[in-house]
Amino acid sequence: MLRFTLNRLLLMIPTFIGLTLIAFVFIRLLPGDPVLLLAGERGMSAERHAELLAQFGFDQPYWRQYLDYLTGLMQADFGISFSTKRPVLEEFMARFPATLELSICAIILASVLGITAGIIAAVKRGSWFDQITMGGALVGYSMPIFWWALLLIILFSAKLGWTPVSGRLGLMYFFPHKTGFMLVDSLMSGEKGAFASAVRHLILPTVVLATIPLAVIARQTRSAMLEVLGEVYMMTARSKGLSPARVVGLHALRNALIPVVTTIGLQVSVMMGGAILTETIFSWPGIGKWMIDAITRRDYQVVQGGLLLIALFVMIVNLIVDLLYGLVNPRVRYD
Amino acid sequence: MKRTQLFTTTAVLTLGLAAAAQAQTLVYCLEGSPEGFDPAPYTAGTTFDASSHAVYDQLIEFAPGSTDTVPGLAESWEVADDGLSITFHLREGVKFQTTSYFTPTRDMNADDVIFSFMRQLDKDHPWYAYAPGISWEYADSTGMTSGVSEIVRVDDHTVRFELTRPDVTLLSAIPMDFGSIMSKEYADQLEAAGTMERLNTHPVGTGPFTFLDYQQDAVIRYETFQDYWNGAQPIDNLVMAITIDPGVRQQKLIAGECDIIPYPNPSDIASLQENSDLTVMQQEGFNVGYLAYNTLQPPFDNAAVRRALNMAINQDAIVDAVFQGTGRAAVSPLPPTSWAFNADLPAHVYDPEAARAALEAEGVTGLSMKIWAMPVQRPYNPNARRMAEMIQADFAAVGVDAEIVSMEWGEYLAQSGEIDRDGAVLLGWTGDNADPDNFLGVLLGCDGVGSNNRAQWCDEDFDNLIQEARVTADESARLEMYLQAQEIFAEEAPWFTVANSVVTMPMRANVTGYVQDPLGMHRFLGVSKD
Repeated sequence: MLRFTLNRLLLMIPTFIGLTLIAFVFIRLLPGDPVLLLAGERGMSAERHAELLAQFGFDQPYWRQYLDYLTGLMQADFGISFSTKRPVLEEFMARFPATLELSICAIILASVLGITAGIIAAVKRGSWFDQITMGGALVGYSMPIFWWALLLIILFSAKLGWTPVSGRLGLMYFFPHKTGFMLVDSLMSGEKGAFASAVRHLILPTVVLATIPLAVIARQTRSAMLEVLGEVYMMTARSKGLSPARVVGLHALRNALIPVVTTIGLQVSVMMGGAILTETIFSWPGIGKWMIDAITRRDYQVVQGGLLLIALFVMIVNLIVDLLYGLVNPRVRYD
Repeated sequence: MKRTQLFTTTAVLTLGLAAAAQAQTLVYCLEGSPEGFDPAPYTAGTTFDASSHAVYDQLIEFAPGSTDTVPGLAESWEVADDGLSITFHLREGVKFQTTSYFTPTRDMNADDVIFSFMRQLDKDHPWYAYAPGISWEYADSTGMTSGVSEIVRVDDHTVRFELTRPDVTLLSAIPMDFGSIMSKEYADQLEAAGTMERLNTHPVGTGPFTFLDYQQDAVIRYETFQDYWNGAQPIDNLVMAITIDPGVRQQKLIAGECDIIPYPNPSDIASLQENSDLTVMQQEGFNVGYLAYNTLQPPFDNAAVRRALNMAINQDAIVDAVFQGTGRAAVSPLPPTSWAFNADLPAHVYDPEAARAALEAEGVTGLSMKIWAMPVQRPYNPNARRMAEMIQADFAAVGVDAEIVSMEWGEYLAQSGEIDRDGAVLLGWTGDNADPDNFLGVLLGCDGVGSNNRAQWCDEDFDNLIQEARVTADESARLEMYLQAQEIFAEEAPWFTVANSVVTMPMRANVTGYVQDPLGMHRFLGVSKD
């Protein structure tokens, strides 16, 4: 187990270096001079242009810029944002808890509902429940997030007034955010109603962000369960007189979970993409909204650094998923 | 005794709760996150709304709803006879805000003014590079860096700006956001503590609202500054809730989560106007969208050809189709809200027959040209591609074959300014300050040929007027010069002036006292809720 973990950690190094190269090259491939873009219609003098190019290191040859960038990364220096003039890492860390909180809630919702729906659909294969669930999953998977979010806002926030339109907390609550996780901070604040407000603000963004992973997990669970339910050992379990709940819950589900866990792990990276749209629509102050702002402002340092940090996060999640295999199914050996 | 105590406590609590219940909070749903809270290094209106318009004051300020200037932290000022210095007499008794991180011990004085400007102008100043990558774009682009040699402290409440050349347009730069007056005492405290970067995150000013807190990308909170020199504001708290998506901003306004929103979707304005819970204000934006010919290249070096081409363009159809009710046909390079706008300029005449005849009379037949279409949306041109296609069709109707070209925005900006550029360029401008020179001088002056003057147009008479206006302190004389300059522009037609955008501000019907700013800024002086 330890050897496996170390191997995987070592493998992350070349992957990460490859990612730095891709991020670096892609940003440089974008046409246009980032310094001139900063000036917009106003333009700038040739001297000022040269001064700013030198300040950001853009006057150096590409190989030099890349080496400087790598050297910086080794010291956890992801660059300075063009627009806010603050370190990219600091900006990322300030926003990451918001994204993490939303993603955790969404993945929990997607997993619980998706696995449950997938199991029932598999056990009652061909029933109306199966048809509706799988049809719904297909619709959910194909749904444009932007449109879906606006639809929910119009219905639940504007028409019914059940949920707030956007944000993380009611504006009447005002307390220091110690952890950055609003559910925790609102509980710690002791302010009456703050936690409920945080929960209400989480509902719609969580539902929107969970929609696609929920559909994928439900379909994956169903097909994995169907495969396992057809195995000979399942027949043995039933013929031994075990209760249906025990057969499905213990024998079938445990075996079917391996591909499902992989799917959930993969959905984390999908979720990072979904978070960009969801956060923009719900004014959720996380890294998705931050990246969109950076792209709009052509803040290349943030785009590049943010891309790497998100990739790093996804790599860590994938590592955890790999390690989880062992817990789900001890037959999987790491050596 | 116990009963009396209980009564007193209850009474105090009740009164306190009643006061809290009556506390008025205005929620403005800001369209993006501020880049920082020191306005001087930035150029974005969003940043100014959150920093300079709420927390800071300038020496001279814009009167609400107008481009006229009024005394701010300076009670009066005078330009020396030789035009080489401007002296400001500062208001006495102006307090800085007390916050959880700073308690001022003195009132605003000359040291604060000198600090606020010299940190941007003097490369050796300890605050010149106080944050990595910081630059002072507006101090440079308005000519203040090169135009001001020194700021002299005459006494506690008098400062003199020594100029390198006579230039009254510098006075127009003073009310701009980069001219916000900071507390030197606070800056000294930060410098001593080694936390200079906090000047950009924890602002202290003399303005109407005291900064309380910023939750990154989510909410900015302010409270009314009770000792504001111009009187405390009617609202108790100002909250800026950051909401990027215009559709979501609209829903928040309808749900009562926002009191005022900027930049609604043009297609939603009609439904907002029909909602009885809302008020929708509209005003021309301080911008202009134009099509600039390259007047150095034949046949566009001939004013008669340019006028003929302009006549071929159906301006009303373009404004309707591209702006969808959020634009108005422009006749001048200056927006109608400018104090120097020439209202007597002739309206645009759309006459394809006359245009064709005029082109033939000038010997122009079988003309092929390029129209450059911007790849981005701008307030002065929400859909350049569509606009270019409509102009292309109008030109085709008079026998001119136009090809539409476009490229990446950075390249577009760079190449469209080149002297030998081929074709006519769609572009525009949003005013930085109320000075007409910011449009006429920057965009059409001879200095701008090869850069901001996309028409590459250098007309001696026009340029003389602009240059003279720059050194004329008498405002009525300046007005006369700018009116004449616009007449020359109309006659010479280096551009086809397409449109000025219309700025729409929807708000809850119970919001009173809000005044739209012609420069497109959002200020909340005197705003309250019924």
